[in-house]
Amino acid sequence: MQLKVKFFASLSEQIGFTDTTVDVDKPATVSDVWNLATGGQTMPVNTLCAINMAYARLDDSISNGDEIAFFPPVTGGNA
Amino acid sequence: MTALLRGGVFDPWQELARIEAGLVKGKHGACASFVGTMRDFNVGDNVHSMSLEHYPEMTQQFLDNICTQAARRWNLIDCLIVHRYGEINPGDPIVLTAAWSAHRADAFDACRFLIEELKARAPFWKKELTDSGERWVHDTPGK
Repeated sequence: MQLKVKFFASLSEQIGFTDTTVDVDKPATVSDVWNLATGGQTMPVNTLCAINMAYARLDDSISNGDEIAFFPPVTGGNA
Repeated sequence: MTALLRGGVFDPWQELARIEAGLVKGKHGACASFVGTMRDFNVGDNVHSMSLEHYPEMTQQFLDNICTQAARRWNLIDCLIVHRYGEINPGDPIVLTAAWSAHRADAFDACRFLIEELKARAPFWKKELTDSGERWVHDTPGK
């Protein structure tokens, strides 16, 4: 199955790109997608993730066509 | 219920007036609003400007969703969120949340819910330009 993967903010700077596509040939989790997309880079603590724009957990299963996003803690609004 | 993402400076008072103009007169007794504005300081440092990154589709979906939640939880006539992204300067409004209701309690509570939910979970990330260079706010102790 093919998945879109996006990285935001400091994570995209660390990884070196903002988006990519990965092919997965067996049942996989969000965490597996991180490893495939980043070539096994260490995931920073506090990394958040989403499947199809809804917050998800690293051990959630993914499906064909999903959009997976990884990002650091959010800082919207103001003080 | 309206949630807007703006790539340029917006005037919160005009945004409020625009919604007010569309409401049936005499039905709402209260409008509570919150405007968040960019400071020129943070955790003891001067901040010259800020870049606000977001995840456009997820952010829009998230803001729409909290408007819907607020409308279910409180007796609202309308609610509004406007949030900036992109390059922001000190003094610029960053965010507006507002709620209209027949009575003040629902308006206050819904307005606060919108800003607190947004701040806790909406996918935005701030990068500040300080005297010593750029830094991500989420990497800044005591942010």
